[in-house]
Amino acid sequence: MSTAPSSPKSQERIGVYVCHCGSNIAGVVDVKDVAQWAGRELAEDGVVIARDYQFMCSNLGQELIEADIKEQGLTRVVVAACSPHLHEATFRTACQRAGLNPYLCEMVSIREQVSWVHTDRDLATAKAKALIAGGVERVAWHEPLEPLIVPINPTTLVVGGGIAGIQAALEIADSGYPVILVEREPSIGGHMAQFDKTFPTLDCAACILTPKMVAVGSHPNITLLTYSEVERVDGYVGSFLVTIRKKARYVNAETCTGCGLCIEKCPVRVVDEVFEAGLGYRKAVYRSFPQAVPKYPVIDTEHCTYFQRGKCKACQIFCPTQPKSINFEQKDEIIQVEVGNIILATGYELFDCRRIPQYGYGRLANVYTSLEFERLCNAAGPTGGEVVLRDGVTKPKTVGIIHCVGSRDSKYNSYCSVICCMQSLKFAHLVKERTGAEVYNFYIDMRTPFKDYDEFYQKVLAEGVHFVRGRVAEVTDAARHPGEEGKIIVQVEDTLIGRQRRIPVDMVILSAALEPRRDAQEVAHKFGIACSANGWFIEKHPKLDPVATMTEGIFIAGCAQGPKDIPATVAQGAAAAARVIGRIHQGHLALEPVRASVIAERCSGCRICNNLCPFNAISFREDLGVTEINPALCQGCGTCVAACPAGAITGTQFSNEQVFAQIEGLLMLDFSGAPRGAAVRMLEPALS
Amino acid sequence: MSESERFEPLIIGFTCNWCSYRAADLAGTSRMKYPPNVRLIRLMCSGRLDPTFVLKALANGADGVLITGCHPGECHYLEQNYKAMRRYYLLRAMLTQMGIEPERVRLVWASAAEGARFAEEVTRMVEDVRRLGPLNWPAIAADGAEPAASRNGHGPAAAAETAPVVPEEAKP
Repeated sequence: MSTAPSSPKSQERIGVYVCHCGSNIAGVVDVKDVAQWAGRELAEDGVVIARDYQFMCSNLGQELIEADIKEQGLTRVVVAACSPHLHEATFRTACQRAGLNPYLCEMVSIREQVSWVHTDRDLATAKAKALIAGGVERVAWHEPLEPLIVPINPTTLVVGGGIAGIQAALEIADSGYPVILVEREPSIGGHMAQFDKTFPTLDCAACILTPKMVAVGSHPNITLLTYSEVERVDGYVGSFLVTIRKKARYVNAETCTGCGLCIEKCPVRVVDEVFEAGLGYRKAVYRSFPQAVPKYPVIDTEHCTYFQRGKCKACQIFCPTQPKSINFEQKDEIIQVEVGNIILATGYELFDCRRIPQYGYGRLANVYTSLEFERLCNAAGPTGGEVVLRDGVTKPKTVGIIHCVGSRDSKYNSYCSVICCMQSLKFAHLVKERTGAEVYNFYIDMRTPFKDYDEFYQKVLAEGVHFVRGRVAEVTDAARHPGEEGKIIVQVEDTLIGRQRRIPVDMVILSAALEPRRDAQEVAHKFGIACSANGWFIEKHPKLDPVATMTEGIFIAGCAQGPKDIPATVAQGAAAAARVIGRIHQGHLALEPVRASVIAERCSGCRICNNLCPFNAISFREDLGVTEINPALCQGCGTCVAACPAGAITGTQFSNEQVFAQIEGLLMLDFSGAPRGAAVRMLEPALS
Repeated sequence: MSESERFEPLIIGFTCNWCSYRAADLAGTSRMKYPPNVRLIRLMCSGRLDPTFVLKALANGADGVLITGCHPGECHYLEQNYKAMRRYYLLRAMLTQMGIEPERVRLVWASAAEGARFAEEVTRMVEDVRRLGPLNWPAIAADGAEPAASRNGHGPAAAAETAPVVPEEAKP
């Protein structure tokens, strides 16, 4: 491998265009001097024309380049202007219009990297010249490239059947394209199905969610795979091959009518830790909740008498269908599906309140988590919607609601969980409405943005709910003062009056933080995306591209991307769907041709590169004894190019020659802009 | 040395397309100021950084090389910045053997949101390399001495009269 380009390709005809950007560049850089210098001093390196212009990105500026390409026969173009992230596409398109391959155009950033960050005119001008020299040397080594066109399979995989996944699946299915919806639990619905009311309108969650669930279950374009998990993802945007494990339900979906007789006859009662958050019971053969979609139940083998002791079979005996729908022999099924795009809507997990022992959860009976309280006040919940203490009968006279449990706390999660303030206000309202109890909300800051939220806060204030500003220090049953016996005492510094307070209550609700799924990192890795430091999936751009990811064809929606309320979740589900539908409509996708490839004759088969690719684009051909790169899987990072000891891997747009040439160009001038003499090439042998 | 004739190092900076190049962009759009001694090259990923790029830059007259990339765990290509980091530590060991102060090559993580950090790190690097003095690698080579890199443990300091200042403590 040579460390220096062999010779300047002076046979190229290069045009250099220096932009004033109004006074943005020209105010600091002497652009006229730069252009003249380039035309004069870089002539040997192939520059045949160098111009400066007020606004290169304007139509007139672009036409200038186009005219020169046609009339002067330019074979390469260097535009010294703003960041390529802003206008690379603009100038590439201009070149293309004039018949020059767009990848033969190189941008040099003399605004973001020169005029906006430096003040000394002479030094800034010198640096601009050096950067342009780098661009000119580099562009001579550019090659004409064509974007990679990949076809898009019209089927979409949606992972996660909460409200985000449901919305995304319905949007795509309604546009006429097939969707495969995979859900880990036996029913879709997610967390929203567990809620009673939704803020700020207090609609019943089930009333607005179940019609959507039914629509998913009956939609001709949706294949619903519940009680299933994605095992493996192969392939790339447009043609992913996804391996899914359908866990055995022991219930035959084809014959089951969902009558529920098996559930009725099952003799085993189990505490329902998932849907009822540990407050209620279910049977060993169960469906998560009455409106579950799909309707057929599942057998929990860990608790089923037959699976544990080999006897019982009550469910099978009483099953009224012919043939019987209960099948104890059923096995997990592995299926493979081909999809073009994937939407991840895997949701969140609730913070484990036991991690804050001073709040007493798990030790003090009447300390509840927010999810437990949702079930407690749900009309279909274990108490039929009665807000009562753990004894099942006593109505609380005083209730304390603690905000930010596990959120906005550097010991647990520094972020705000977004929904807790509004959720706590909703709880306060429901407690007042159902029990008439005194309610205390312990908050750090009240955060009620978005439509009708603050109005709801005002309403709850008017209902006479007390608000204490301060982080709760302790929740205890150790009475210190008269009147505290038999109560739970909330110890808090009321920061508005600057005093410690002890408030005795009967019930405490902890508004627990939303946390990333425990296996979020693993899932991210499986799908080739990344998690932020907090563990949420990272979007492509936090503002301008919140549902796409850095991996083409993988989109994210809902709380998997970060804590958010139901309206935002639904909006993201729909947004991700819109992105996917657009792709499917196009039928194909043009990808940047930044790819690595192996020059087979140079490859020694050492396999050093084989383990470096996180996208599995590199494979070893045992028959040929060389390594191969799949251009469709390659994302173009170039790590393998840098690693190859034989220099057998080359990368388009970022070849060694291009980078070496750019280094030479950049170092052509010294700090003050004086020529540094010819690049030193005599060290080559030592370096190669 | 007076302010006007103080040594001004030239530094080649490598950025990744997704994080650190955007940090440089942000430093620009935020109008943060840093010294004009650094000239940047955009790569797709810090993982693309071939150690020979660094040696090439030093051999061609750069006094220092700044390598930048996404923070660990935030790599656009999942984990390739870790590979850049591995190479970086190997390269530093190698530079030491060649008699080049390893401080001349620095690895800095900067996210697309860290324009300020980028500007600060550039400023610090320029000051540090200025303190080390010129590397003068090409000058030595041009004097006809055998290539410094092949001298196996003997730094460029011993090579020619135009010897650069190599602080004692920097020698291996």
